[in-house]
Amino acid sequence: MAEFRLPKNSRIQKGRHFSAPEGASRIKTFRIYRWSPDDDEKPRVDTYEIDLDDCGPMVLDAMIKIKNEMDPTLTFRRSCREGICGSCAFNIDGVNTLACITAIEDIKGDVKLYPLPHMPVIKDLVPDLTHFYAQYASIKPWIRTQSTPPPDKERLQSHEDRTHIDGLYECILCACCSTSCPSYWWNGDRYLGPAILLQAYRWLADSRDEATGERLDELEDPFKLYRCHTIMNCARTCPKGLNPAKAIAEIKKMMLARKGV
Amino acid sequence: MATQQRPLSPHLQIYRPQLTSVLSISHRITGVLLSAGIVPVVVWLVALSQGAEAYAGVMALFSHPVAIVFWVAWSFALFYHFCNGIRHLLWDAGLFLDLRGAYITGWTVVALAGVLTALAWGVWS
Repeated sequence: MAEFRLPKNSRIQKGRHFSAPEGASRIKTFRIYRWSPDDDEKPRVDTYEIDLDDCGPMVLDAMIKIKNEMDPTLTFRRSCREGICGSCAFNIDGVNTLACITAIEDIKGDVKLYPLPHMPVIKDLVPDLTHFYAQYASIKPWIRTQSTPPPDKERLQSHEDRTHIDGLYECILCACCSTSCPSYWWNGDRYLGPAILLQAYRWLADSRDEATGERLDELEDPFKLYRCHTIMNCARTCPKGLNPAKAIAEIKKMMLARKGV
Repeated sequence: MATQQRPLSPHLQIYRPQLTSVLSISHRITGVLLSAGIVPVVVWLVALSQGAEAYAGVMALFSHPVAIVFWVAWSFALFYHFCNGIRHLLWDAGLFLDLRGAYITGWTVVALAGVLTALAWGVWS
């Protein structure tokens, strides 16, 4: 059921302030969500003033600078710093995206950083993605076959068949889309959400997969699939420019097609 | 060891309103408003069937400035819900399902609902 207010223990308090060094001329303020499991305090927003003349261009550069030079307790995930690993997914300036490919100068005013929305927080900007990954595992995201493979080569597909998974295989599972989706906020316990459904369609669309019927059976559920109401926040937020809403619509079309509608 | 329950990260409180989500929730809100507004519509229809005197009485009430505001809002809700419903049907048919399509059809629906409301009130008031 939709619960619009945050639970009591999740409401945000006023935080600490870290000033820019003396003589800094181009100052940008970062407002960052903080919560630690190690004390009994509620979440708060700390503000950090950054000298842009002494900082890399991306939001992630500033975050690493804060951690290295101002406040080593700031906790966040990051890895590849080039938009391919999906680790540094946050709510940046009100929209979910990757910190490593978001330029600081593209953000007007203060840079507001929150964890991915409506998720349990492990610490600071690190959300618990256990349920998200369990949902991913539930769609069996690997090739499922019945026929015996050719003895001397891989299972091949034509160039044309290969194009059917364009716009799907590029997904890096950063969870930006699922955590931007109000349906996933309210029903994420049972609704699979845009990221997982896009992945489900990735296997439905693969000419080498032979479990289309079983996959559709597994998705035929009022909650798993049909909580998508075409809000399109997913397509709006995807840092890779993919369109989960369309993938979900394709699944719904396959459901109808196999009933002969 | 963590002794306290993990907090829930903020969602509605911090997510930036954008055309996609605003039009979606508006579809629901206008749907609720339409259902609630059915009651005065029924009152109006019943009055219509009861003859000139009853109709005049009800119309006196419905012409109050507050009632007029309600009716304008209700008619806008009707046209918006109608147009956006067609937008959803187009989506269900697989059309305009990209971000560009969502924005073009979204603004079209808002503009169309406004124009239809203005037309309705221009013609019949």
